[in-house]
Amino acid sequence: MATLAQSTASHDAHDHDHEHHEEGFISKYIFSYDHKMIGKQFLITGIFWAIIGGLLSVIFRLQLGFPDLELHFLKPLLGGWIDESGKLDPEFYLALVTMHGTIMVFFVLTAGLSGTFSNFLIPLQIGARDMASGFMNMLSYWLFFVAGAIMFVSLFIETGPAAGGWVVYPPLSALEQAIPGSGLGMTLWLISMTFFIASSLLGGINYISTVINLRTKGMSFSRLPLTIWAFFLTAIIGLLSFPVLFAAALLLVFDRSFGTSFYLSDIYIAGEALPNTGGSPVLYQHLFWFLGHPEVYIVLLPALGITSEIIATNSRKPIFGYKAMIISMLGITILSFVVWAHHMFVSGLNPFLGSIFMFLTLIIAIPSAVKVFNYLTTLWRGNLIFTPGMLFSIGLVSFFISGGLTGIFLGNSAIDIQLHDTYFVVAHFHLVMGSASFFGLVAGVYHWFPKMFGRMMDNRLGYIHFWLTFVGVYLVFFPMHYIGIAGFPRRYYSWTGFEFSNMYEDLNMFVSAAAIVTFAAQFIFLFNFFYSMYRGRKANQNPWRSTTLEWTTPVLPGHGNWPGEIPTVYRWPYDYSKPGAKEDFIMQTVPLSATPESNLPHEQELVKLEKEIMAEEQEVLVANEAKS
Amino acid sequence: MYGFLIAVGVVLLLSLIWMVYRIQTLVSVVKGSDKKIASSSNSVNAFLFIVFLVLFGGLMVWYSVKEFDNYTLPVASEHGIETDKLFWVTMAVTGFIFIITHILLFIFPYKYRYDEKRTASFYPDNNKLEVIWTVVPAIVLTVLVIGGYQTWSDITAPAPEKSHQVELMGYQFGWEVRYPGMDGVLGSHDYRLTSGTNASGIDFTDKNALDDFTSPVVVIPKGEPVEFKIRSRDVLHSVFAPHMRLKMDAVPGMPTRFWFVPTKTTAEMRQELGNDEFVYEIACTEICGRGHNAMRRVIEVVEPAEYRKWMAEQKPYIVNNPSLVENLTPDLKELAEITISEHK
Repeated sequence: MATLAQSTASHDAHDHDHEHHEEGFISKYIFSYDHKMIGKQFLITGIFWAIIGGLLSVIFRLQLGFPDLELHFLKPLLGGWIDESGKLDPEFYLALVTMHGTIMVFFVLTAGLSGTFSNFLIPLQIGARDMASGFMNMLSYWLFFVAGAIMFVSLFIETGPAAGGWVVYPPLSALEQAIPGSGLGMTLWLISMTFFIASSLLGGINYISTVINLRTKGMSFSRLPLTIWAFFLTAIIGLLSFPVLFAAALLLVFDRSFGTSFYLSDIYIAGEALPNTGGSPVLYQHLFWFLGHPEVYIVLLPALGITSEIIATNSRKPIFGYKAMIISMLGITILSFVVWAHHMFVSGLNPFLGSIFMFLTLIIAIPSAVKVFNYLTTLWRGNLIFTPGMLFSIGLVSFFISGGLTGIFLGNSAIDIQLHDTYFVVAHFHLVMGSASFFGLVAGVYHWFPKMFGRMMDNRLGYIHFWLTFVGVYLVFFPMHYIGIAGFPRRYYSWTGFEFSNMYEDLNMFVSAAAIVTFAAQFIFLFNFFYSMYRGRKANQNPWRSTTLEWTTPVLPGHGNWPGEIPTVYRWPYDYSKPGAKEDFIMQTVPLSATPESNLPHEQELVKLEKEIMAEEQEVLVANEAKS
Repeated sequence: MYGFLIAVGVVLLLSLIWMVYRIQTLVSVVKGSDKKIASSSNSVNAFLFIVFLVLFGGLMVWYSVKEFDNYTLPVASEHGIETDKLFWVTMAVTGFIFIITHILLFIFPYKYRYDEKRTASFYPDNNKLEVIWTVVPAIVLTVLVIGGYQTWSDITAPAPEKSHQVELMGYQFGWEVRYPGMDGVLGSHDYRLTSGTNASGIDFTDKNALDDFTSPVVVIPKGEPVEFKIRSRDVLHSVFAPHMRLKMDAVPGMPTRFWFVPTKTTAEMRQELGNDEFVYEIACTEICGRGHNAMRRVIEVVEPAEYRKWMAEQKPYIVNNPSLVENLTPDLKELAEITISEHK
């Protein structure tokens, strides 16, 4: 034992030596290879984009809620997009909607969520020094940064950014004559997305290989925290579906710039018949949604993983149905690839194909339902501590239910005829995918902030932030169901031109007001985040008394995460409130042999095996020590 | 000046918030509540979940009942009655689950809020429960899907042979409506023939096109099958007739269709709603550019007899634009001239 202690000590010294080679500012904060720094880079960039995306939505909500309002005060920001009478330009309105969608889906909820937490947590929770390839990881962030920079530039060009909806369906997105945003703005959109796809792929490959290869001793797949399962499956989905979006975008580039006709046919526009024939706009929709639907799960699964972890920790209870949770996530992963055409029921798709996709779509509701019931049972008879992270996780479950259930309407092709492309859809996906994932992101930040910055965020501000946001999100999106059932179409600059949709001025005004308040409430979070980074209460090593590996590192882990040996794992991550145990949690690093009082019968049998392994290890260690 | 005052106000407000924040932080440090596992805020948060449940549950029920007639559009097609039925059955099922799960989700936090004296139960799994809540949703969903499948198959089945055809062609930004005329067959079209006088690109070398006519309003008979032949000549559009529960994309290069049976004339609907100005409308639901929100057409549903009378009164394209048939072959030209003289 003495030798062991000594070897750890010498390791410590060695590591300290390392730290004395002070890294330069650039290699530490900018072109960092360290997964923790890259995770933080993704987070900060994600927050930046979330503010932009939110701001855009506030502008178009002003138009929808207060159509008579004169927007002169926005002139310094929007310039020519506000006309003389103070009205927002209708084409710029469409550009706002498009950019809001693109930014939120890709930059905030894909890069900001997966990028942050997969990078930050995978090595810490599986017991690895870093990602499989630090260089690729750095490249992944910087490609994302370039994608963001290009998209940002496109917001300010004269013809405006892409304006064909975030799905950028051709021919609208292919023809400059159709809408000015389809000129340079669309070109920049495509270039930006190409960088983004490359970034996601580099990240995804890294996450997958890290999880498969770099797990510490004892960390079998059946002992992985659900967060890691979620990040792992998310990366697989991304790896399989993003290339298809790239293909779709590439063909669109050809149609736009090189005169091909993949998506274009029989078009007469701006007084001229185009030569393109034989293409099909529906082909684009198939390719787009082959990514587009899995994308929903790319943003949702990490949030669900984070929630599982936070709910278990703060309920002081094992997550209910660990295996069932994994099986449902696997089910969602596989099914997410075979439901895409439910976005296309009324696109002119063969109706028989529509019915197949209706069956497949409603199957995917089953694993989702299982997850909800498991969350509920985890709360049941727990001992709940409402940290801000926990509150946001409960909020997530609520949104997941509300938005998930409306999916059953939309997945049913017969009902979808009426609801497709109305505000019902807007309400549905903003709850189930937008708000739920956003809550997962925020919950994760509150929960892992002490690990990221060594300090605690303020709880009370967290509570205020939660209640304002939770209530706000429902006030924004719940009324949209009524508007949608009444048939209000999406992406309308104004509804007053139609008699079936010229009522509900009051409701739209209400939604807009709620959206502005909810957006403003996010500044509480921003303050809390940046203030606590420097002035927050110092965190201890395991502030939530959690079981997973990241809480065995020093408060602020350096390069390599653990100063000494990487800890070995002896049990699953959810030993909370185990009967007989001294405390209400047992860390993954505590051997079963050390807790005879709380072992379950089948675990008691494993103790012998465990002891043998430990003895062998000891021998190896001693032998190594003797050699050196 | 006002700007300055507002700025001062904002600064004062922010510093006030700042003070309150600092004071409560210091108080919590003095009280030592930041050392506790769960402070008194824990119960407050737990209680707020109950408040939220009651308040929002009440608000939802109140608004759903009060505004029912406003947000439910009257239905005016045979298949629409079926899809509405499906909608409300799904609403009942999901509404039930929605309420039950939310009651549990918000009551559990209150009931099981942190208590030092209690330990959580170690309850990691129960396969029987998992099977139950896999199988039960599966059965419920199967029932819903089968209902949906049957309705969907009926709606998308080929239109009955006798159905009246109307062509709706989307363009930036409007709908061009074309009727087949007395022969009941729409003449063929080619987008390259599109011009100022021939918006739909009708190919007049097809003799079926000679009696085709256009109309500013979509007139259709009540109680008889109508088939919309839908196409687009520039970007994607989507025909949406909310009262007919009808929606179908207009795709350039790929004609689509949707058939239905209107059940109430415009006049009947006006009487039913007590609104003399009521009209059935068509809107566009696929983003198509600047005028996306202005692609309006009115549908007028009339009694079949009235429809036939109206049809007989309409004048073919070529009557008003004889130049369209100038370059036809002699026999077609003769046919065209007969058509024109018939309608003079």
